[in-house]
Amino acid sequence: MSLLANTLGSLGATFFAFLAAIGRVAIFAAQTLRHALTPPFYIKEFGQALLSVGYFSLPVVGLTTIFTGGALALQIYAGGARFNAEAVVPQIVAIGMVRELGPVLVGLMIAARVTSSIAAEIATMKVTEQIDALVTLSTHPMKYLTVPRVLAALLVVPLLVGIGDIIGIMGGYLVATKTLGFNEAAYLQNTADFLQASDIISSLIKGSVFGGIAAIMGCYYGMNSGRGAQGVGKATKSSVEAAAVLILAANFILTGIFFSA
Amino acid sequence: MIKFEGIKKSFGDNHVLRGVDLHIPKGESMVIIGGSGTGKSVALKCVLGLVTPDEGTILVDGKDARAGDRDAFLARFGMLFQAAALFDSLPVWQNVAFRLMRGSLKRPEEEARAIAIEKLRRVGLKADVADRLPAELSGGMQKRVGLARAIAAEPEIIFFDEPTTGLDPIMSGVINDLIREIVVEMGATAMTITHDMSSVRAIADKVAMLHDGVIQWTGPVADMDKSGDPYVTQFISGSADGPIEAVR
Ligand SMILES: Nc1ncnc2c1ncn2[C@@H]1O[C@H](COP(=O)(O)OP(=O)(O)OP(=O)(O)O)[C@@H](O)[C@H]1O
Ligand SMILES: [Mg+2]
Repeated sequence: MSLLANTLGSLGATFFAFLAAIGRVAIFAAQTLRHALTPPFYIKEFGQALLSVGYFSLPVVGLTTIFTGGALALQIYAGGARFNAEAVVPQIVAIGMVRELGPVLVGLMIAARVTSSIAAEIATMKVTEQIDALVTLSTHPMKYLTVPRVLAALLVVPLLVGIGDIIGIMGGYLVATKTLGFNEAAYLQNTADFLQASDIISSLIKGSVFGGIAAIMGCYYGMNSGRGAQGVGKATKSSVEAAAVLILAANFILTGIFFSA
Repeated sequence: MIKFEGIKKSFGDNHVLRGVDLHIPKGESMVIIGGSGTGKSVALKCVLGLVTPDEGTILVDGKDARAGDRDAFLARFGMLFQAAALFDSLPVWQNVAFRLMRGSLKRPEEEARAIAIEKLRRVGLKADVADRLPAELSGGMQKRVGLARAIAAEPEIIFFDEPTTGLDPIMSGVINDLIREIVVEMGATAMTITHDMSSVRAIADKVAMLHDGVIQWTGPVADMDKSGDPYVTQFISGSADGPIEAVR
């Protein structure tokens, strides 16, 4: 009896701790928004964030999506052969990449690459009192550190997703035309005919949401880091975990909203 | 000008400040001494709002430090952190000129750079460190860059947390003179934490001894040697015998 009560009790406590964490992150996001709308604006920091979130993520985005697109083509060809539907490779690769795999893979890669580096950088600044120093120099840490990174991610991750979608489709195209005997012009024509504007728009919106989640989680865990090297390590680990889980959850919800009707 | 009234601060069951009362008049140089871990750094951070006291008030010019416009309030202060706290992603000169490149004190980049190099010279650093990154400097050099950053915008109130720790005796002398100069020439109000008794004698108008969470003794530096306070006497002599325990 007491075992049951204890188990239920600790489950309840975990649940409320989870709710409290969600609340704190929501408040943090709201503060970010408020600071994003009021001056001063740090243009140079924004530019640097665009480069580090966007430009320098291109190689990893390209490599991830091209291999996935290629593998997808192989899978669909093999799977489709079981009921004589090999011909659908271009359509399924296109829809799979654009609707799901492009945004999710890019989002997860951004969580691995950008969330972790933001969290580690800000946590180190916190631990070495650089955040305190910012305050004494009349610079708001949220405005100077969080806002540029979050805005940059909101803007540039959809671009990365768009590029990832194209490269993923190209991966499928290369595999299909070089090894599976598809006609090159027909493959591209099929892809273009099949994709709808709503597929592409949903892909870009997902990218923006995932980018925002990735940057906010990095900043949140960095700013709330514990003391010492251990604090930095823990902040980095938690930020990536949280970003990845939230991105997958948001993907499920957004897919439901866009495609359930 | 700065007045601590009954400031208390605990971290968990570590009761660091237990009712600090202290007054620093305008244009004076107050030096805080006290053993390691007694809460000197915490006391400075309380004034700037980096640490929130559990009880008590801090008045600056008679007004509560926590009320009113934060930006205008902080613009009056310069702070040297104990561990320098330089921004490691920015080159040295941009650290020094940080305040001069954004916000209300913003000025053209060349001018900001020129001021930064002048301040670096005043803390005994050559112009060629300006473009290096903080991580490439020695600990004592970083400390002096932190000092240059604290004085760059010529604030009215300056806090120095152990400005000469980690410096050689000659450089310590240069920094002591600089702090004295800032107080005398610029009329700044200064609060300095130091363990270095020669520094205390060089820069202090008044001295306050923090121990067990309260100010044990405060008075003009000239009275320090004949204070009759057992804590101060032991601290000056550096003896292990006395009311201050050697294990803390
Ligand atoms: N953010 C914090 N969280 C928990 N404890 C803290 C924090 N900051 C300071 N302390 C504790 O407060 C006490 C006083 O710290 P403080 O840094 O003010 O000492 P100090 O007098 O400046 O010592 P030192 O001369 O060695 O610099 C220490 O016991 C320290 O562990
Ligand atoms: Mg200290």
